[in-house]
Amino acid sequence: MTITDIMGEGTDMLAVGLGHYLAVSAILLVLGIFGIFLNRKNVIVILMSIELMLLAVNLNLVAFSSALDDLTGQVMAMFVLTVAAAEAAIGLAIVVIYFRNRGSIEVEDVNLMKG
Amino acid sequence: MGGAAMTWMSLNWTLALPEIVLSCCGMAILILGVVSRGNFFRLGCMLTVGAFLLTAMLVLSGANGVGYSGLFVTDAYSVFVKLLVLAAATLGVVMSLDYNEHENLRRFEFPVLMLFSTVGMMLMASATSLMTMYMGVELMSLSIYVLAAFARDELRSSEAGLKYFVLGSLASGLLLYGVSLIYGFTGSMDFALLAKALSDPASASPGLVVGIVFVLSGLALKVSAVPFHMWTPDVYEGAPTPVTAFMASAPKVAAMALLVRLMASPFGHLLAQWQQLIVLMSIASMLLGSLAAIGQRNFKRLMAYSSIGHMGYALIGLAAGTQAGVRGVLIYLVTYVFMNIGTFALIIAMRRRGRAVEGITDLAGLGRTDPAMALGLAVFMFSMAGIPPFSGFWGKYFIFTAAVQQGMWALAVIGVLTSVIGAFYYIRIIKVMYFDAPDEAFDVRPASLSFVAGVGGLFTTLFFLYPAPVVAAAEAAAKVLFG
Repeated sequence: MTITDIMGEGTDMLAVGLGHYLAVSAILLVLGIFGIFLNRKNVIVILMSIELMLLAVNLNLVAFSSALDDLTGQVMAMFVLTVAAAEAAIGLAIVVIYFRNRGSIEVEDVNLMKG
Repeated sequence: MGGAAMTWMSLNWTLALPEIVLSCCGMAILILGVVSRGNFFRLGCMLTVGAFLLTAMLVLSGANGVGYSGLFVTDAYSVFVKLLVLAAATLGVVMSLDYNEHENLRRFEFPVLMLFSTVGMMLMASATSLMTMYMGVELMSLSIYVLAAFARDELRSSEAGLKYFVLGSLASGLLLYGVSLIYGFTGSMDFALLAKALSDPASASPGLVVGIVFVLSGLALKVSAVPFHMWTPDVYEGAPTPVTAFMASAPKVAAMALLVRLMASPFGHLLAQWQQLIVLMSIASMLLGSLAAIGQRNFKRLMAYSSIGHMGYALIGLAAGTQAGVRGVLIYLVTYVFMNIGTFALIIAMRRRGRAVEGITDLAGLGRTDPAMALGLAVFMFSMAGIPPFSGFWGKYFIFTAAVQQGMWALAVIGVLTSVIGAFYYIRIIKVMYFDAPDEAFDVRPASLSFVAGVGGLFTTLFFLYPAPVVAAAEAAAKVLFG
């Protein structure tokens, strides 16, 4: 089965097809990226945006996996979940030590070195 | 059922023996560090160096083949990259010995984090599936985020860690999204199956090309190629210097090697689709690396721009898309690692009355106060500028000839021009060292740093006498991808 066959199913207005999943996931990814770059307030929001991006990827992987009838995507999604947890732990730890030194986690205050 | 036994045999798990042994050593060092009384840092570093040497021997003596049902491969290419990564990591650990004592970072987790990050890099060198690739990249990056923020009482270091974490995670997000698209539009994550499915370039769907671009951006952020370089100067400046030295060498090698394998083997038939992108990235990196470095006053920041430029040169070899080009990339990475590590060893040695200094003006008159160190830095700067007979020249030579063979004259000419511009700021350092009025002398240099700088310096100076082993190994490694 090729991908175009599957994409065709999604064009039916009533059924939820692969195309819909891909659209949602693309929107989530874009939200995540914009959350990182346009956010001027808080570093925690950046961490949330990163999680959002990883969720978008997982949605993509699971949708493809089910459409292709192939397990690899779901195995990958499991790995991504695990790594995302480790990443969140490390990110929060870094934010904590940053807060201890700076006394603030405003994005605008992360400016000691100008890149 | 006989099936289980068959699967176990075809797993070929002994191929990953170096990685398994290195991880076990890492966990053992971690446990020893927790249960031992007193400070375990120095011993931990020694044990880590021992583990690296043991792993290097296992890598050298291991068999070639595909294991884990096509997830993992050991071939001349992966062996070459792993040995280079292990050499860089070993020198990185040796360099941290003295610095961490001085800066009160005597915690045994430091070498262990370097060790696990090295395991990640070795996985990247052996990845033949998008899944292994992702696991390797993450293992490498997660350890380095922590290392960058290792000086946890220092604002600069924690800010560097935060910036690196945010942009690194963004990179893995993009990489993963690309992986999911590639998987979805080809139905496989295996490099060999991908190569087979894409043998007809016309069959590449737009979704797949978008996926490749995403993966390319994610990896470009890891090698800090323009336009994904913005984190580099800040993180290099803020992170503890041995971490900067480590970040600027081993992960760059692993990420570049992964990028080359990915582009050359599964997506090799799509050369026309990604070549322009690599060419643009390469030109932009070379230009930025040489122009933005001119105004820098901090040596570590200057090295950040210099490394961006060097990655631009390495990308020329990939853009050529030939066996000679990949051979050039590998030789370039070898020369880059040794001159880079040597330079950083001497940056760590810049210490006055117990305080680390990083300004370029702090080097004033070094030629008179410490001739040996000035000579070492001069060798590295000449080599980075690409002046013969130092190794940096030969790296560029192999890269540029590969580009010219493919008729990419413009790329080669821009490369030569930017290295002329780059020579300006490298040679300015030599001018400051030899012709400016001497400043107060630096503190006595510890033996570990002299050792690392000596290794780097000897390699850089003597490479031209006997380049054959490196060139032959790089040739054999490149052949794997095009064979």
